[in-house]
Amino acid sequence: MEFGRISRRHLLQGGAALTLGTAFGAGAARAAGTTIGFVYVGSRDDYGYNQAHAQGAAALKKLPGLKVIEEEKVPETDAVEKTIESMINLDGASLLFPTSFGYYNPHVIKMAKKFPKLRFEHCGGLWSDKDPTNAGSYFGYIDEAQYISGIVAGYSTKSGKLGFVAAKPIPQVLRNINAFTLGARLANPKATTQVIFTGDWSMPVKEAEATNSLIDQGVDVLTCHVDGPKTMVENAARRGAMVCGYHVNQSPLAPKAYLTGAEWNWEALYPKFVKMIAAGETIPNFYRGGLKEEIVKCSPYGEAVSAEARKHADDIKAKLVAGNYTIFKGPIMDNKGNAVITSGTDRGQTDPELEKMNYLVEGVLGATS
Amino acid sequence: MADGSLGLWTVPLAVFGGAIRVSTPFLFVSLGECITERSGRINLGLEGTLVMGAMSAYGISYLSGSPWLGVLAAGITGAMLGALHAGICSLPRVNDIAVGIALMLFGTGLAFYLGKPLIEPTAARLPAIDFGWWSDVPQVRAALRINVLFLIGIALAPILYWAFKTTRWGLLIRTAGESSDAARAMGYSVLAIRLRATMVGGFLSGIGGSFLSLFYPGSWNEGLSSGQGITAVALVIFARWDPMLCLWASLAFGGAAALGPALQSVGVTSGYHLFNAAPYILTLAIMIITCSPKRTLTGAPAELSITR
Repeated sequence: MEFGRISRRHLLQGGAALTLGTAFGAGAARAAGTTIGFVYVGSRDDYGYNQAHAQGAAALKKLPGLKVIEEEKVPETDAVEKTIESMINLDGASLLFPTSFGYYNPHVIKMAKKFPKLRFEHCGGLWSDKDPTNAGSYFGYIDEAQYISGIVAGYSTKSGKLGFVAAKPIPQVLRNINAFTLGARLANPKATTQVIFTGDWSMPVKEAEATNSLIDQGVDVLTCHVDGPKTMVENAARRGAMVCGYHVNQSPLAPKAYLTGAEWNWEALYPKFVKMIAAGETIPNFYRGGLKEEIVKCSPYGEAVSAEARKHADDIKAKLVAGNYTIFKGPIMDNKGNAVITSGTDRGQTDPELEKMNYLVEGVLGATS
Repeated sequence: MADGSLGLWTVPLAVFGGAIRVSTPFLFVSLGECITERSGRINLGLEGTLVMGAMSAYGISYLSGSPWLGVLAAGITGAMLGALHAGICSLPRVNDIAVGIALMLFGTGLAFYLGKPLIEPTAARLPAIDFGWWSDVPQVRAALRINVLFLIGIALAPILYWAFKTTRWGLLIRTAGESSDAARAMGYSVLAIRLRATMVGGFLSGIGGSFLSLFYPGSWNEGLSSGQGITAVALVIFARWDPMLCLWASLAFGGAAALGPALQSVGVTSGYHLFNAAPYILTLAIMIITCSPKRTLTGAPAELSITR
């Protein structure tokens, strides 16, 4: 069977070369016949981070002439390089979406150098001038959607106590906690957010325990930043608390308890990327955006959300979409009493200082270490 | 108190509630492993059995609508994995620890593979019995919503203790574990005894897994077990192969798992990684205190490959 194997490989290589030719050599019809590879760190139906990306991939599958290939549960190690190489060599992928944060450096950079004619779009990384130009990093300002969730939560809480089940105190997570709290205090200046860190991205038992402990403390609206919010949403709803979702819309899990949620909107972004490539435009290597750029969105309001809350949230949402609203606007104090953003300083969404966030704002009960 | 919070009282309540909520899988796996190890064999594959049990229980509950059928399916799956372990170990010159590690990887891998379509759907859950009716405090009521499996586990520990001590079956298992020559001299097949003991152990572990997916945390996902099966195996050594001590150790581990989140919720925020690691620190500490290079562990079955 040696012969059969070799001929298959040659066939595939030929196919790959052909695809490359059509994708990058032939001007106008660039996107037609392109194979796009998606790599996920977890399971693509986890009601969370990976499902959000898989929904984006599903949106691409609907477009004519595109072939989408996916691989799940690829760890953030050399394994991702092997997956990418096999997607390129065997399936002829010419556009790759390695979607997990830890893939970027060194793996995606290494692959981008090895295949300089292919395009790599990485989610969450920080592309810098030193990195190859055929690699790019994109991410969304999901804290805008968390801010809206916070407003809704602030109106919905009776005890004034909100809960946040978080994985690790890294800047992205802290930014979500802070935006949620600032939003809640817009609606209810006395509201507090109690945060519990579980220590890792997927710890179902710890997440359930954290949820129960928060509710025992009188918390009546919860949200989270972990990979799979399902555990928190289900356990909180069972205890009669309300929830704001994260990553994707979890309202089917708890229709009565679900207020709103901060969702990724990859199903809008990925087709946009493909159209840009097809039109011969270059995707900026460092691509960021929020509600305005349709990279994030808010879940539809649940039935428990009051008219007053809807009005206030919609109002702020409209301002964010219009691009004339700043969430991190001084003066902002941290919860130890230090001024972290001084009066008169506006930290707009693109401000790199925000990507280094290492504090919790006033109103958050908890500590970063 | 007026606003419905309990302040610092949350911590002991959460540890108590956690002991009830989190301990059940530890309890079932450790009791199962206790039976297996008493017969002279170590089944390290129970982590895989636990995960397979969780997955199959969730799947069957989802498809049939009956969580109790799910529990039964989990038990049967566990028993089959136990039979596989015992079957392979019956072959000459096979190391039970190595087989156990292989089965741990096999069980988790197979569960992830078969469980892929089960992550999204919501299956029927096991009911809880409300033992908190006497209290006006919602937190106490919530902590006392107890699942029947927990009660079965609690009852099982003294029953096993009694069975090992006084019944013929208990004596046979202990004989196979202490001296296979003696069992053979009495005319019993050591391999058959160990096969049954491993299957019963697997059955209980599978049920432990069904508690994870059908009661608490209450849904199937791939991070569900996060090492609880392997912790429970270690717990048996720590409990000196005594079912009653397995019960107390499981409760302690359950309570310790609740400590980290509970302390954070009342504002003790420093060193939460340390508190989250409490169960593991507890294991290490007790292992170090009780081990001695001069003698084997008291209570260890003499036929175990680690004591021989």
